Amino acid sequence: MIPVAGVVAVLLVAAATLAIGAFGLRVARTTSDFYVASRAVGSVANASAISGEYLSAASFLGVAGLVLARGADSLWYPVGWTAGYLILLLFVAAPLRRSGAYTLPDFAHLRVESLPTRRTASALVVLIGFFYLIPQFQGAGLTLTALTGAPSWVGAAVVAVVVLLNVVAGGMRSITLVQAFQYWLKLVALLVPVCFFLLVWQGQGSPGAGRLDVTDWVEPLTGPHALYLTYSLILATFLGTMGLPHVVVRFYTNRDGRAARRTTVAVLGLLSCFYLLPPLYGVLGRVYAFDLVRTGRTDSVVLELPSRVIGGPLGDFFTAVLGAGAFAAFLSTSSGLMVSVAGVVSQDLLSHRLDGVTAFRVAGTLAAVVTLGLTLAASGLAVAHAVELAFAVAASTFCPLLLLGIWWRGLTAPGAMAGLIAGGATSVAAVGATMFGVSAPGFLGAALSQPAALTVPLSFAVMLVGSRLTRAQLPRHLSQTMVRLHAPEQLHLDRGSYHPERATVRRGNRPSTAV
Amino acid sequence: MSDATEPARRQRVTGPRRTAGRSRNMSIRSEIDARTPLGEVYMQSLVRTQLRLAVGVALLVLCTLGTLPLLFWAFPAITRVQVLGVPLPWLVLGLAAYPFLVAVGHFYVGRAERNERAFTDLVGPE
Repeated sequence: MIPVAGVVAVLLVAAATLAIGAFGLRVARTTSDFYVASRAVGSVANASAISGEYLSAASFLGVAGLVLARGADSLWYPVGWTAGYLILLLFVAAPLRRSGAYTLPDFAHLRVESLPTRRTASALVVLIGFFYLIPQFQGAGLTLTALTGAPSWVGAAVVAVVVLLNVVAGGMRSITLVQAFQYWLKLVALLVPVCFFLLVWQGQGSPGAGRLDVTDWVEPLTGPHALYLTYSLILATFLGTMGLPHVVVRFYTNRDGRAARRTTVAVLGLLSCFYLLPPLYGVLGRVYAFDLVRTGRTDSVVLELPSRVIGGPLGDFFTAVLGAGAFAAFLSTSSGLMVSVAGVVSQDLLSHRLDGVTAFRVAGTLAAVVTLGLTLAASGLAVAHAVELAFAVAASTFCPLLLLGIWWRGLTAPGAMAGLIAGGATSVAAVGATMFGVSAPGFLGAALSQPAALTVPLSFAVMLVGSRLTRAQLPRHLSQTMVRLHAPEQLHLDRGSYHPERATVRRGNRPSTAV
Repeated sequence: MSDATEPARRQRVTGPRRTAGRSRNMSIRSEIDARTPLGEVYMQSLVRTQLRLAVGVALLVLCTLGTLPLLFWAFPAITRVQVLGVPLPWLVLGLAAYPFLVAVGHFYVGRAERNERAFTDLVGPE
């Protein structure tokens, strides 16, 4: 493999990302520009940006790797990641936009009016952010190794630097444009090569069809505890999407609740187009790159296929294109997560000492350095599975908070806090055990590797019972909050005085000093 | 007892319409703002309608997509059925699920907006 093409591709993506980011810099002037682009984003651009941000290393590389290794059961990953947006659309999209919250802690603060609950939510956002960032950085290392032979820390460091420059310089506004661009880059980068591969495969008379007809690969539910694992995965992905920190912050860029719904349907369409492609790479990998299963390098199947199927200069070209797409995936998801984590850290930890924009930059730098350190320390885990663990934590904490907070008047601050802690502690314990290589025999092992089916109901139950026991402590402004969440914007009603920029104590918002 | 006196005793007495005037002063919007029991009923009716819609659509997804693993597990013969050379589970999960999800989402948005329009008309536009 010629490294030059790969290096050029990665450099091009990084340069384009930074260039679009710099273009956005001119308009990023106030604190709210840095968080959410001041809501001046068009709906097609916004849907592309949401999809671009959402499609991570797990989608671009991981799904194909899992399909190659495990077959039919892995098809639930992309289906679940798409259906997660449908559930978000049904229960959360419009009310969350109407809440006016930038972040999940903002929402918790608005709904239950308690600072301790807000802080708990902030800690969980940072945890989920790290769980999700680590596989992105891992994937970047893996990609750069496959493209150029460089050691894996180089790729992680490149992503860290580019994301950091972008986040620190421009905040959300530049990120929105960057991510809209990266959705289309990722789609084209997967679509064009796979068309060629399928033509070549057909032209060769469909070789290797025998490898596709293996029972435990082609049929679903063949392994031990398969039914539990599949339903746990479904629960984590369907309910976890709404609780991801970088997904929620995106909804603030919609004009109103109605626009938020329409954008979400567009996102469903864009994700559906994209997710048709990765499984094809997994299937073709079964034909042309079966040895990757034996060597445990299935995550690199997308990058290996061009040289196996076509080879020569055209193969190198496609490898470079796919490498560029993969890098777009790491950069967009990492940027979005970094903005969310930095936003929460700066708002809740640093705002006493620094003004808004400086705090945001300091927090972004901290987040990037910590993630890089954790990535180098964590053991190798299949990229898609590591991401799924982040979904499990999100589904066990923020999903009950959002669903009960929006639709049930009875949720109280102590109840919400107890549920966040119960769901968070159990799911984080399971995820931590899996990440650091702890394995248990039998059902306990299955429960540790996919905890959602147990921890999500637990969190719901604790929140419900806890709120019932403390029903005297309903928030003071509950009625106005319910009006704010559910009434269409064109009705002039009293929605309470909550504003995220004034929510935390002494948070500076001085536009003149920014940038 | 003569018939002539009867119509005079049945004479209708009318007065100023006080109740109608009062309801014009207290619009539904101000009932909601003042958190009166009536205002709360209006808000709760909106929340319930939207929740019923969302739960209904979610149940639809649960009963179709959500029962697939159970179906494949209970009747393994289904997983061996081939359509156009592709095994059924691959066709359903790899292809058919996506247009289904988009269609369900599109249907939901139409209904949710209709509910909100009805509420806006009820409460009264500007």
